[in-house]
Amino acid sequence: MRSSAIAVSGLRKAYGDKVVLDGIDFDVAAGSVFSLLGPNGAGKTTTVNVLTTLMKADAGTVRVAGYDVAAETRQVRGAIGVTGQFAAVDELLTGRENLQLMADLKRVRDGGRLVTGLLERFDLAGSADKQASTYSGGMRRKLDLAMTLVGSPQVIFLDEPTTGLDPRSRRTMWGIVRELVAEGATIFLTTQYLEEADQLADRIAVLNQGRLVAQGTPEELKGQIPGTHVRFRFADLAGLDAAARVLLEATRDDEELTLSVPGDGGTRSVRALLDRLDAHGLDAEEFSVQRPDLDDVFLALTDQPAGVQNTSKEAIAQ
Amino acid sequence: MSTVSTPLADSAIMLRRNLKHTVRNPVTVFNAVLFPIIIMLMFVGVFGGAFSVGEDYVDYATPGLLVMAISYGLGATATAVNDDMTKGIINRFKTMDVSRGAMLTGHVVITTVRCLVACAAIVGVAFAMGFDPAASALDWLGVVGVVVLLSFAAGWLTVATGLAAKTVESAGLATVPLIMLPFLSTAFVPAETMGTGIRQFAEYQPFTPIIETLRGLLNGNPSGGDALAAVAWCVGLALLGYVWAVSTFKKRA
Repeated sequence: MRSSAIAVSGLRKAYGDKVVLDGIDFDVAAGSVFSLLGPNGAGKTTTVNVLTTLMKADAGTVRVAGYDVAAETRQVRGAIGVTGQFAAVDELLTGRENLQLMADLKRVRDGGRLVTGLLERFDLAGSADKQASTYSGGMRRKLDLAMTLVGSPQVIFLDEPTTGLDPRSRRTMWGIVRELVAEGATIFLTTQYLEEADQLADRIAVLNQGRLVAQGTPEELKGQIPGTHVRFRFADLAGLDAAARVLLEATRDDEELTLSVPGDGGTRSVRALLDRLDAHGLDAEEFSVQRPDLDDVFLALTDQPAGVQNTSKEAIAQ
Repeated sequence: MSTVSTPLADSAIMLRRNLKHTVRNPVTVFNAVLFPIIIMLMFVGVFGGAFSVGEDYVDYATPGLLVMAISYGLGATATAVNDDMTKGIINRFKTMDVSRGAMLTGHVVITTVRCLVACAAIVGVAFAMGFDPAASALDWLGVVGVVVLLSFAAGWLTVATGLAAKTVESAGLATVPLIMLPFLSTAFVPAETMGTGIRQFAEYQPFTPIIETLRGLLNGNPSGGDALAAVAWCVGLALLGYVWAVSTFKKRA
C-alpha cells in the first residue's frame, strides 16, 4: 500500500449550531487525484479550508503530507499549494511579479529561472509583463495555478479550478493536472463538473449535507446506479399510453412523456424495440440511448426525496 | 522550503509588494499630497487673514496641516487593506508559511512613507507661503519623529479599521472621523476661541497635544508636557491598533 498524502478521520465543523461537516473520513494516496463532489453548500470549501489550515476543525484529525494540521501547521503550509475558488492573484502586479513574489516568499533559489519556466509552461510568456488586471479569466486561472506550483508543493488543492472557464481552457487545465500527477504530486480537487472528476480523478467522494455518501473509483460509483437504457419520447399522453401498453418492461414518466427501457443499447436490441413499436403503428418523437454517467450518480446520491429521482434527474440532465 | 521564513524578511517582501502597488496607482499618492495642500491654500490663503492667532497664520497652521495630511492619507490604507481581504490573494498568503504580521506590516510601513511624502510637500508649500520656523536641526528631527510615530500609530489603527470593515466603501468611510478630528483640535484656531463643549473636546483629544508638540518644535521651544502626552497617545493608539488588527486578521478566514 502506498503512503497517504491526506488522511482525514472524524472531521467535524459547525458554524454556531449549523453543522457543516458531520464526521467525515477519507484517505488520499500519494501521487493520486482525489475529487470531492457535492452540491453547493455541501461543505466542500469548508473541507478545503480545514485541510489547508485556513480553518480549525471542531473535532477529528487531519494529516496532510504526514503532518497534523492542528499541531504542525507550519510544516503543512510548507508542503501544500492551494488554488482557491477565486483567482488569488495580485491584480496590480504583472504575471511575472506575481510569480516572483511567490518565489521570494518561498525562498526559492534561482527564482528568476523558475518564473520564466512557469510563464512558458502556462503559455503566459507573451503577457508576462502586463498587469494581471488586464488578463482574461482563463489567463488569471492559469497564473493562479502557476503561483500555486512555485516551490513544488507535494500536495496541491484545487477548489473548483475550472469554474467559469471556457471548454478549451478547461481542457488545458486538465492537461496540466495530469502532468502534475505524472511528476508525483498529489491532487485534491473539488468540482461541480462531474465530467471533470470522471476525467481526472482516481477516486471520488460524494459529499452531501456534511456527510460522505459514497466513495470509490469513477467506475465503482457508476456501478451503483441502474445501467444503460433506451429512452423514447412521445408527442402526447395518448402516444405514451399506447406505447406503455406495448413496452411493458418500461418505466414511464408522464411529465417528460418518456418511456425508459432497460437494455444494452446495441443495434440488435434497439431494432427489436423499434420493431415492436412499429408493429403497433406507434411513433416516438425521438429516442436515445442513456448510459449512466456521474451526473446520474451524483443526482441519485444527493437527491433528498429518493422516490422522484428519475424525473428530476433527467430533467436536470437536459 | 530552502530556508526557514523570518518575519522580517517576509515583511520586506510584502513591503516591496505594497511599494509596487503605490507606484502603479499614482493617483493615491497624488491625492494624498494634493488634498492637504488644497486645504492649506484655503486656510492660509483664504480664511487665515480673518483669524487672529497672535502670529503669522502660516506659522500657526503648518503643524496642524501636517497632522491633517497624515489623517487624510489614511483612507487609502483602509481601502487597500480591505481590498486585500476581499480578494483571494490573502488566503493564498494565509495557506503559505508566511509570517501573519508581515502581511499587515507592509501596509503600515507604506502608510508611514506616504505620510512622510505628504508632510514634506506641506512643509515645502509652507515655505513658499512665507513659513518662518525657529526650529533647530534637532527640533526638525523631533518633528520627523512625531510625524513617523503618528503615521505608524494611525497606520495600525487604520489597518485594523480596514480589516474590520465589511466593504471597501465602508472602510474608506471609517477613516472620515480621523480626517475630521484635526478640525476639532487646535490645528486651525486656538482652543480658547471655541465654544465650551468643543473646547473641552479639543483640549483632550489626541491630536491637540500632538499638534502642540509639533508647534513647539517648529517654534524652537518644545514643551515637555505636550510631547509626553503626544508620545503616550501615539504608543497607546499603535498598541490598540496592533492588537485589534491582529485579532481581526485571525478571525477573518
